[in-house]
Amino acid sequence: MKTMPLCITVNGAVRQWTIAPGDLLLDVLRREGFFGVKRGCEKGECGACTVLLNGKPVNSCLVFAAQADGCDVMTIEGLASGGEMHPLQEAFLEHGAVQCGFCSPGMILAAKALLDRQPHPTEEQVREALAGNYCRCTGYKKPVEAVLRVAEKSNGAPRRHKAGAICR
Amino acid sequence: MPLNTVGRNVRKVDGVKLVTGAPAFTDDIQMPGMLIGKILPSPHAHARILRIDTHRAKALAGVHAVLTWQDVNRVPHTTAGQAWPEPSPYDTYLLDSKVRFVGDRVAAVAAESRAVAEQALRLIEVEYEVLPPVLDMEQAMQPGAPMIHDEPDSKNIYDARRNVAAHIMREIGNVDEAFCEADYIFEREYRTQRQQHCMLEPHVTICWLDSDGRLVIRSSTQVPYHCRRQVAMILGVPVSRVHVIKPRIGGGFGGKQEMLLEDICGALTLATRRPVKIEYTREEEFYMARSRHPQILRMKMGVKRDGTVLASHLKVLATTGAYGSHASTVQGNTGSKVLPLFRASHLRFECDVVYTNTPVAGAFRGYGCPQGFFAMESLADEIAEKLKMDPVEFHRKNVIRQGDVDRLSAQLGEGREGLPRVVRSCGFPVCLQKAAAAIDWEKKRRSPVGHGSPVMHGVGMACTMQGSGIAGIDWASAFLKMNEDGSFYLQVGASDVGAGADTVLAQIAAETLGVSLDKIVITSGDTDFTPFDTGAYASSTTIITGGAVKKAAEKVRAQVLSLAAKMLDAPVESLTCGYNEVFCKDEARKAVSMTDIGLQALYKERLQIMDAASHFNTDSPPPFSVTFAEVAVDRQTGKIRVVHLVTAVDPGVAINPMQVEGQVEGAVTQGLGFALTEDLTLDESGRPRNPNFRDYKIFSAKDMPKLTTILVQTEEPLGPYGAKSVSEVPINGVAPAIANAIYHAVGVRIRRLPIHAEDLLRALHERQPEHAEEEVLVVQ
Repeated sequence: MKTMPLCITVNGAVRQWTIAPGDLLLDVLRREGFFGVKRGCEKGECGACTVLLNGKPVNSCLVFAAQADGCDVMTIEGLASGGEMHPLQEAFLEHGAVQCGFCSPGMILAAKALLDRQPHPTEEQVREALAGNYCRCTGYKKPVEAVLRVAEKSNGAPRRHKAGAICR
Repeated sequence: MPLNTVGRNVRKVDGVKLVTGAPAFTDDIQMPGMLIGKILPSPHAHARILRIDTHRAKALAGVHAVLTWQDVNRVPHTTAGQAWPEPSPYDTYLLDSKVRFVGDRVAAVAAESRAVAEQALRLIEVEYEVLPPVLDMEQAMQPGAPMIHDEPDSKNIYDARRNVAAHIMREIGNVDEAFCEADYIFEREYRTQRQQHCMLEPHVTICWLDSDGRLVIRSSTQVPYHCRRQVAMILGVPVSRVHVIKPRIGGGFGGKQEMLLEDICGALTLATRRPVKIEYTREEEFYMARSRHPQILRMKMGVKRDGTVLASHLKVLATTGAYGSHASTVQGNTGSKVLPLFRASHLRFECDVVYTNTPVAGAFRGYGCPQGFFAMESLADEIAEKLKMDPVEFHRKNVIRQGDVDRLSAQLGEGREGLPRVVRSCGFPVCLQKAAAAIDWEKKRRSPVGHGSPVMHGVGMACTMQGSGIAGIDWASAFLKMNEDGSFYLQVGASDVGAGADTVLAQIAAETLGVSLDKIVITSGDTDFTPFDTGAYASSTTIITGGAVKKAAEKVRAQVLSLAAKMLDAPVESLTCGYNEVFCKDEARKAVSMTDIGLQALYKERLQIMDAASHFNTDSPPPFSVTFAEVAVDRQTGKIRVVHLVTAVDPGVAINPMQVEGQVEGAVTQGLGFALTEDLTLDESGRPRNPNFRDYKIFSAKDMPKLTTILVQTEEPLGPYGAKSVSEVPINGVAPAIANAIYHAVGVRIRRLPIHAEDLLRALHERQPEHAEEEVLVVQ
């Protein structure tokens, strides 16, 4: 089987992995222990495998790992920092927005991407941003409330995402 | 003392690991040497396997096992995760020489990668004798219809020759006589579809042999104990040699009340002596897992001129698909949980559940009630209209109330005689009042928005109920022990599948022991390390397992108090638990901390404070739900938009109101899909047409109407701290409330689900004057 090197920044740490050219980013991330990236449909329909690729939410089942070479990837494991959960993670728990939790990582990352570019979204904008993340448990009411509450509490400018990895 | 933990919106006890992406689900482990299992699905709806050649597949590098019907034990069983002896027919085999639906198991392989496993499936050569299929449930019992279960060794099939898996006929009172006394008799036919659970985590199982050679099954299941028993029987190993682990589960909704992959995955592990994982793809999940039973319902009701319902007769034809999983019990519920909604003393329920060569139906949130209430509450709306009564008034007059005894339940138990239900708590009147106010019923009913414009608004409503556990069958146990830091380990066999059971059970333990929630460490759903539980189904966990937890905690509390009495030199009657200590009721300063009690017990008294309890109920207290919907219908396109959905629910006491709301909101969202979009359809050869999210369509965040959730708490004497249940009941009323609202908007009754725009548009074009419909018989 042909292999190729992959240089990628995951959650701030530069990684050098060996992959097959056809490997999906979803499979590579899970293989490397990032289990917060969930497999729900492998067709880009459910959003459970959402990661941030250079700050933008993507379905990692629709991205070849090779396409992420040199890119900056954030998974749910990278959202909390220094033992502190991200305000979105706190809000999801506080507002009962998590039931089974299988869609939560993808949904929280999609919400983060929204708040990074639009710190004070309307409810409609939140619903639009989460429309690619199916949830079969909550009916979306509490997740949307949680995102809006985080937006209400924040006053700062949108956080900028760090640039991609440079390996060579 | 006021309640400290029960009734509060505490955070989920398992929440942090879920929002941080910690490895908590079945598939979040990597086993050295793990193989990937795949199942070869039948391409035919009905066929006999004449020859199956696995040589080329076995010769492929990386393939470790290929199993066909020739390689495995033939043990008739049901995959339904029900208490033994299961009421579902034993009509299923690990692998068989006959396939009965597109997607039925033909063979299974275990290989070193998914790619190799998939290639191996393609190398299996199968010669089929293709048999004519029965796809239409109305054809299944016809003379000359192909017989789907012609094997001699299946058991408990009602009439295999006529493809009838189960038959039910129950009556209380005398329906025919009561109809003679009615002023009006109404009769209509309703049809419901094949809805799929669509839990975000597909079914996944990982099996391996532990260092003692025991079979370990890590699986996304709602029923670890049933699973252990069934797998042991099918694979011919002692129960004691099987260990089932339920990790975090990514949603179940009944779809995982089923032993679906555990048997074949276990067989592959026994064949290879290696860890094996089988995970359904989303497509496989749609047609190889389970779905809601499609039904054709004939609902007949007799009423007096003043609106009193005298008698109800419901005749159902349902299909269970190729296997009879939950066949008699889901359909039994369609009668027993639905007909007693109105206080008529003459009720009859007749039902045939037939086999067809279609995907297998099973347990699904609501368990037969969403179908039944769609029929009954749609008809009730028609009756109210005919009698010129407000539907709310009609319901106030007729719905079951506190003190009533539901005798139909005594006739329709879980596959056998049941027990009568006494309504000890009932929030219907308050639910009706609050929900009507929340949607502004009076005003919107009188003058609907958009009158005269192309987009017309309408409002409709429905009342529904459910149960809380299966009376006399569901039971659970709990074990508690105290640690030297004043914390407690709580072990329960219950299965939190995402609804928050672990949190609710920990709250009940904390409340009873007078400690803060962080002092309870809960382990659940592990057959080696937690005591028995029938599992997460029938809205049972809060009331049944919660009852066991409360009993166990009361016993442990007595031990704690007894030791504290010795330490404080005070009579035990003078002491109570609270705030992580034991203190004197009259002299709060006289206190000893739980930590000191724990230390004293383990290191001075040499005593493990611990106890266990079992619990079951002989009654299944019904939770109640009232749904009001406002819809906007575009008369030019038939497009239906739900504007507002109000649900008022009586769950008894809400142990965690925030979680209860979450259950309601999730249930009604699945109800919206049932009403308007979701339908797994088959082509003329039985192949699924839309086994993916894009073509099947569940509601997304953007599709949602405004949701209003109202909790009307009552105190249920049979529940722990007054709790009943909530997870199922709110799904039942959505479809009829929407159908009734559509009628209010545009004057057309749709009696088939889901209600598509094109069907509504067609109906609008073909509309006949109401009085021309001859099925409404005016008797006198």
